[in-house]
Amino acid sequence: MITAGVDSGAQNVRVVIMKDGEVIGRALAPAGLSARVAAEEAYRGALSAAGLTRKDVRKIFATGSGKRDCEFADGEIAGLQACAKGINFVMPDARTVVDLGAEAGSVFRINGSGGVIDLAVNEKCAAGAGVFLEAMARALETEVEKMAGLYDRSKKRITIYAHCAVFAESEVVSLVHAKTPKPDIVRGVLSAIALRTASLVKRVGTEGQVAAIGGVALNKGFVKALEEELGMRVTVPEGPDYIGAIGAALAAADGKAEV
Amino acid sequence: MPGKPEFWRWPESRWRNPEIDWTKGGVITCGIDVGSISTECVIMIDGELYSYGSVRTGSGSSDSAVKAFHKAALHTGLTPENIDFTVGTGYGRVNVPFGNRAITEIACHARGANWMYGPRVRTVLDMGGQDCKVIKIDEKGKVIAFLMNDKCAAGTGRGMEVFADLLLIPVQEVGETSLKVEEDPPPVNSTCVVFAKSEATKLLRAGWTKEKVLAAYCSSMAQRVVSLIERIGVEEDFAVTGGIAKNRGVVKRVTKKLGIEACDTKWHDEKYASKGFPFDTQIAGAAGAALFAKTLAEKEGRTNEGKLRI
Repeated sequence: MITAGVDSGAQNVRVVIMKDGEVIGRALAPAGLSARVAAEEAYRGALSAAGLTRKDVRKIFATGSGKRDCEFADGEIAGLQACAKGINFVMPDARTVVDLGAEAGSVFRINGSGGVIDLAVNEKCAAGAGVFLEAMARALETEVEKMAGLYDRSKKRITIYAHCAVFAESEVVSLVHAKTPKPDIVRGVLSAIALRTASLVKRVGTEGQVAAIGGVALNKGFVKALEEELGMRVTVPEGPDYIGAIGAALAAADGKAEV
Repeated sequence: MPGKPEFWRWPESRWRNPEIDWTKGGVITCGIDVGSISTECVIMIDGELYSYGSVRTGSGSSDSAVKAFHKAALHTGLTPENIDFTVGTGYGRVNVPFGNRAITEIACHARGANWMYGPRVRTVLDMGGQDCKVIKIDEKGKVIAFLMNDKCAAGTGRGMEVFADLLLIPVQEVGETSLKVEEDPPPVNSTCVVFAKSEATKLLRAGWTKEKVLAAYCSSMAQRVVSLIERIGVEEDFAVTGGIAKNRGVVKRVTKKLGIEACDTKWHDEKYASKGFPFDTQIAGAAGAALFAKTLAEKEGRTNEGKLRI
């Protein structure tokens, strides 16, 4: 059976097409002006990647904060459940999951069948979300994608004292003016967001493997900083930002709508 | 950046009392409030307001302190050597190069508010560039209790600057602009300034006017400040200091939510009021520091009387 999962996030809409438990196509589109248009665009992209047309797909489920904007979905599943289902499918040993998106971060603990046991969420403050890194990258006149490389070149550990993303931006600008090496500032920034994430991790506890998913998990520097903060290994599955969409596609195959 | 207007950039200012000649004697004291966004310097002669300057804080606290002093002392011939006693306050208080003592901004704002608004003030709300504090004071301007938020940009001047830039409205006009709505819309939902910004962008796309978006933001900021005030309790008279005190859009909404009036922004001291001396709520901390400096100068006998002036 061929199904599709649409994960409509704060910044991007991601779609995967699955056939009998295997991902055969995926694509993303920036949410930009309209999550509705973006869902349509990402879906078209995923279909063409899979070499399929709309009528080949049996069922489509949507998830994420903009799931209601996906007009062509047959059902929906909550973001947390979709991520739990998705990670359990791609990484069955994962027990503690760090999910950092553009505007929200959560850490949850799951059992062997993908059932959520405990959860800690931050959706109130940008300091623990992907937009924090984007703001800091802007202040540093670099790109988020280049942060991991800069992190590796850091020679000294510095602390960003401001908690708030708005204040941290001024602090970073002051550090630049004070001629602090860019790699050290980048490491400070990544350690700051890792520290906030680690406090969520400690709230739910760690057991078994720790996985990182969501767009921020693509940043290897962040993952290293988080490992340093937690003192343990953090595993990132392939395509960490598509886990929610995979969960939605799996839910579509199950056929049970969880609203 | 040349060519690009900076809507967050508020005007720097200075003022000098035309009636005082500092060379004629008296204890000259100076208070410098090095804040995270602005730095103010107040110079007093025998406890009377002589001059002040307000500048944007640069990357170094000590440079900013010097800059503010020169702004206040411009065309007066005063140099730091002429000052009998200087008190530094604000987050960069220990970095004032010619400072004789550092005193917390809580104590200085309390004393400054008492001096500016008068002895009936019991609650001071100081809305600064990167923090917001509620201070309960007695009739002498002494601190009884305080609460502050300095962790988060929501409810601070910095957050307001972010919105001024987003909506391309000069920050000093934000308050009035936000009042140009017939009825207040529901407040912006997000507390975090970063999220509030993306929320505002969505509202603009949905066809809201700038006035309406600012009304929603000022209202959410007021809500945040009110929740801080309610934790400590408000007692009248209620006075507002700091840069945001100039934003009527926030102050009006704060007092409306609290159900009380704020003190008029005018001098308690009749002679200052009648002469039309400018009442700048941003100098309260530096004024408090200059008053402390006078007390300390007299106590420590450092009134520089033997020193040649000129």
